[in-house]
Amino acid sequence: MEKLNNEAILNLIQGAFPNDVLFHEEPYGLLTIEVTAAKGHEIIEWLKNHETLSVNYLTNIAAVHYPEDAGREFAVVYQLHSWKNLFRLRIKCYLPKENVSIASLVDIFPGANWMERESYDFFGVEFIGHPDMRRILNEDSMDYFPMRKEYALEDDTREDKDDRYFGRNNQ
Amino acid sequence: MGKIDDVEVINGEGYQLTTLDKAIGLARANSVWPLPFATSCCGIEFMATMGSAYDLSRFGMERMSFSPRQADLLIVAGTISKKLGPVLKKVYEQMSEPKWVLSVGACACSGGIFDTYSVLQGIDRIIPVDVYVPGCPPRPEQIIDGVMNIHELVKNESNRRRYSDEYKHLMQNYNIEIEDGKAE
Ligand code: SF4
Repeated sequence: MEKLNNEAILNLIQGAFPNDVLFHEEPYGLLTIEVTAAKGHEIIEWLKNHETLSVNYLTNIAAVHYPEDAGREFAVVYQLHSWKNLFRLRIKCYLPKENVSIASLVDIFPGANWMERESYDFFGVEFIGHPDMRRILNEDSMDYFPMRKEYALEDDTREDKDDRYFGRNNQ
Repeated sequence: MGKIDDVEVINGEGYQLTTLDKAIGLARANSVWPLPFATSCCGIEFMATMGSAYDLSRFGMERMSFSPRQADLLIVAGTISKKLGPVLKKVYEQMSEPKWVLSVGACACSGGIFDTYSVLQGIDRIIPVDVYVPGCPPRPEQIIDGVMNIHELVKNESNRRRYSDEYKHLMQNYNIEIEDGKAE
């Protein structure tokens, strides 16, 4: 078997999903592809079950907020790892702010459970099909998603903090 | 028991007279059982304070009480997140009177460097604090100094402080219920 390099991996994915790989790049040699959000679940499942690729480990799920990027304000980023072939892969799905939801991966990788709850907790990304979609780190009574950029990072009940000492002097 | 200084005492041959309040205060001050509520970096500093180099046990405090019901002094050292706030309050409520609170480090006192949505901006927002120890983290000497200040309070405070109107008012402000002591 020839060695799996990024190009070969990309070709395999593009071959199986010709219309769903929207963009690809290799920052620092890490193959990164953007796929349509609706197909994210299917592609990851395919990668895991693929005989040669065998992407069997989900390293991380993260969300990103790009408030200026109309129609694709939220990105969900999956980092995957193939222990068999020793390569890593990053998959991005973009979501509009009107409907920040994407299929849950818990049925493929049980370890996705807490990662998805974390993304929900901080960015409000709804993972459809998640067995227990609630906050994980913040207090349950919190009524907003603190990592969204429209919310101030600071605690609004603070009294004795001076912005100048925190690297912010925009008053 | 140590020698009772600075009070109206009558020293005779082989005996010493003083008020019961002072004697009890002295006994209490030298047997304060702390409950360490230690998180993050200040908690580490507190461990050093407990260790043999600084040796809190010199002050009758070597028995750390990990049950709030047997503790006199709540030592809150470290960052308290908002999510932990209710837990801290519950621990405080479970302590029986008389009880004191020592807030160790910038985080416990004011939120410290964590000017952020998830951190409680000072534990005095949920429980009353007797002595604040500043520093990030404070050195063990500073923590011991805070403990000495607690000792001063313990020695000189009225044994019945919990029945005073000020105390009841304070507790009311924090929404903490106390028995009014009438039955005793
Ligand atoms: S005051 Fe400083 S040393 Fe103490 S817990 Fe906070 S950050 Fe850590």
